Amino acid sequence: MKISPLIKLPFSKQNPVTVQVLGICSCLAVTAQLKPAVVMALSVTVVVMFSNLIISLLRNTIPPRIRIIVQLVVVASLVVVVNQVLEAFVYDVSRQLSVYVGLIITNCIVMGRLEAFAMTHRPWESMLDGLGNGLGYAVILVILGIVRELFGSGTLWDYPVVERLGLYNIGYQNNGLFVMAPMALILVGVIIWIQRSADKDLQEKEK
Amino acid sequence: MGAFFDILVRSVFIDNMVFAFFLGMCSFLAVSKTVKTSFGLGVAVTLVLLITVPINYLIDKYLLQPGALSWLSPSLADIDLSFLSLILFIAVIAAIVQMVEMVVERFSPALYNALGVFLPLIAVNCAIMGGSLFMQQRAYDNLGEVTAFALGSGLGWLLAIVGIAAIREKLRYSQVPPALRGVGITFIITGLMGMAFMAFMGFKI
Repeated sequence: MKISPLIKLPFSKQNPVTVQVLGICSCLAVTAQLKPAVVMALSVTVVVMFSNLIISLLRNTIPPRIRIIVQLVVVASLVVVVNQVLEAFVYDVSRQLSVYVGLIITNCIVMGRLEAFAMTHRPWESMLDGLGNGLGYAVILVILGIVRELFGSGTLWDYPVVERLGLYNIGYQNNGLFVMAPMALILVGVIIWIQRSADKDLQEKEK
Repeated sequence: MGAFFDILVRSVFIDNMVFAFFLGMCSFLAVSKTVKTSFGLGVAVTLVLLITVPINYLIDKYLLQPGALSWLSPSLADIDLSFLSLILFIAVIAAIVQMVEMVVERFSPALYNALGVFLPLIAVNCAIMGGSLFMQQRAYDNLGEVTAFALGSGLGWLLAIVGIAAIREKLRYSQVPPALRGVGITFIITGLMGMAFMAFMGFKI
């Protein structure tokens, strides 16, 4: 199997968020600011990569009937490690992410890739597939994080961009709606809209 | 009783699982095509939340919290097992979902036929895991409050998914731009519903 499509496809035609519609919960909840969004994206990428690798190594020994439990245990162990690392090194961000770090366990991207790819492919390919999908998810998170933080709080990575540009003095105001929950949903809707306008193959057929 | 009702109403309307915390979005978007199936899934989620959250509360209180083991012997008072909570919670949820499935199948085949397809899916629904994690984070005082929170979250989720399913059924007859059809418009409608629910914010009960 060629390696490059495994990494490239998740950015365009197979994007986990906008096309496969997986992993929405965390994607919306942590993106009010850029920093937690980036940390979350990295955590998910690491978890998807290594859970794909481990499940792929174990794929011939897992009995099919109990595979979901085995997958959950592997993912949960990895998430515990990630959670401990975050608490140790970036404590304030880990407080901001609150329950959403734990919810990586039930993130559909992780389970979806394990079921759809890692159970039937070799370890190296599975790991690359995990990396690709993690990065595809990361792109959407970073876009959302930038837009929501810039328009919602006027900062970028905690740096007061709007204040430095002096826009407040000429009457500019932050749009509080952008940091609220509903705007995240609408922004994802808009991203899907843009992507599907550019790529007609992704549009849903009229029934 | 007042606290019970307060938490119940709060978790249905103000801290709604879908609109305020985006939990269970995957199945929310995938299953909300018809009102009937959405109702089935909503009932299943409420049922599982109602069982798993109180059980996880007891596990958290008597096994995991710092000093929780002191009821066994005073020498264990300074043990903190809270790092194990993620893995234990998900194990409990997976096991309970499996058990609920078997019990429902044995005692109420009609309900099983209605819910059957959705029950296994629920083990990986983030609303369930999220329920347990919020319970741990918000530190409720007693089992009654936790049960109220679980029931309210489940009902809130039910309300949200039935609402969006009803809108999507009507949406079939409307002219949506081709690129927005399907997922895109569902996101935007969910956002608009979320704004409507924001009206409940700040209510004191």
